[in-house]
Amino acid sequence: MTPCNERELLIAVIAGLLDGCRHVAVGASSPVPGSAALLARRRTHGGMRVSILRSLRNNFFTNGGVELFDCAAQGRIDAFFLSGGQIDGAGNINLVGTGGYPRSEVRWSGSFGSAYLYFLVPRVILFREEHTRRVLVDRVDFISAPGTSPPNVPRRGGPHALVTNLALFDFDRARGRFALRSIHPGHGIEEVLDNTGFAFDRPEQVPSTPVPDEATLALLRGPIREEIAETYPEFAASAFAA
Amino acid sequence: MQQLIRADIDALVAGIADGTRLAIPANYAGVAMAATAALIRRGVRDLHLVCLPTSGLQADMLIGAGAVASVESSAVTLDEFGTGPRFVEAVRRGSIRLLDATCPAIHAALQAAQKGLPFMPLRGIVGSDLLKHRSDWKVIDNPFAAGEPIVLLPAIAPDVALFHAPLADREGNVWIGRRRELITMAQASARTLVSVERIQEESLLDDERWAAGTLPALYVEGIAEVRKGAWPVGLWDSYGPDGRTLAAYVRAARSDEGFAAFMADFLESGAPAEAAE
Repeated sequence: MTPCNERELLIAVIAGLLDGCRHVAVGASSPVPGSAALLARRRTHGGMRVSILRSLRNNFFTNGGVELFDCAAQGRIDAFFLSGGQIDGAGNINLVGTGGYPRSEVRWSGSFGSAYLYFLVPRVILFREEHTRRVLVDRVDFISAPGTSPPNVPRRGGPHALVTNLALFDFDRARGRFALRSIHPGHGIEEVLDNTGFAFDRPEQVPSTPVPDEATLALLRGPIREEIAETYPEFAASAFAA
Repeated sequence: MQQLIRADIDALVAGIADGTRLAIPANYAGVAMAATAALIRRGVRDLHLVCLPTSGLQADMLIGAGAVASVESSAVTLDEFGTGPRFVEAVRRGSIRLLDATCPAIHAALQAAQKGLPFMPLRGIVGSDLLKHRSDWKVIDNPFAAGEPIVLLPAIAPDVALFHAPLADREGNVWIGRRRELITMAQASARTLVSVERIQEESLLDDERWAAGTLPALYVEGIAEVRKGAWPVGLWDSYGPDGRTLAAYVRAARSDEGFAAFMADFLESGAPAEAAE
């Protein structure tokens, strides 16, 4: 079997973070998290629900665009995915832009539902393929959604992990810091340190991210590729190894 | 009372004056693009867009055409084709007023208007920089739990809601299926204008299966029939987005000249080639 490619590894890493979830929701422009949620669902043999925005087959909401948010508020969504043009060491994310506001030099689309879902979904997984100092900064220019909140702010949700093309980090909510869990095969700690703009905790020996086994790769290249193609046809055509 | 079913798309949007506070739906919910082209052709100005809860091509074209004074939205995105290029340019120039929001806040503010309430409380948001730039959003102490902050959002009552749907009937009832935010948008707005793929003779309210997903004519001021009225944006399960046209738009709209050239073609043709079938 062809060895695992980078995208397949990321999908398997994210799927591994979804153990025990009853309902995983996937937002806009998220083909890798979407594939991961479908993989995790398959492993539970139907024990997990997956809602994918813009999918018809994997979207059971009937109450319009507000239902995702209401569902999260009711505690009925266990995991969600967010990204950021910038992500900082305190778990703050910036989806708005850099270089001032409102006249930003670099402007991104906007905050979407982040300022709400980050507070209400217990396991928010941050995903960004580009692991550089441009993205992973010491302090974001604009906080779309804060990583942590003072104790008087009602909040059951927040960052759970950060997945990049180089590594997997856990987020320690009590300390408001990331801790490096593993580095993906082919990369090393120096590369991670060089490309991360924030300080983080790490064990003395950083483990290598386990690669998916053959059974997982077969699922990804077969049924998962087919299922994600409904929402992300171009991704499905290019992301998976033959 | 003015005739509810309008002769054409130009007649439909005649009711959208300069300065209108205009509610529009997200890319996936039924975007009235033919109506948008008609508005731009007419040279509408100073619109205050309320995007429920985001917008894409529609807001970007209106901004590029100089038709927009302010944008209240949680994002301006053409999905996989990225952030709206004319939006980015307008931000850089400071030519539009920004009211950056988060999706459920816009839903909630329209729900407040739907219920005739002055405001709606919402969880989250506290600690987001969105709050710093929204002097109209307030944080209060939860009166039922001292010391616990909660955000209040003033109601948004747009002048006009404008969207596109697959089906309406002669009485003016519009089928919105499971896109129920369109009901919120219509009820929150003073007036609602809808373009539809098709107008049928039988009443949608005669069959419970259709009625459950129907916006009653009570809330609808005008309807016009226009095939492929959401193109090049998609319409639910009726047709997908036209990726080639969207990609061409995003490429062209990076410059003033490219945008002008794209719009000249777009406004002239106004519909995809295959719509003429």
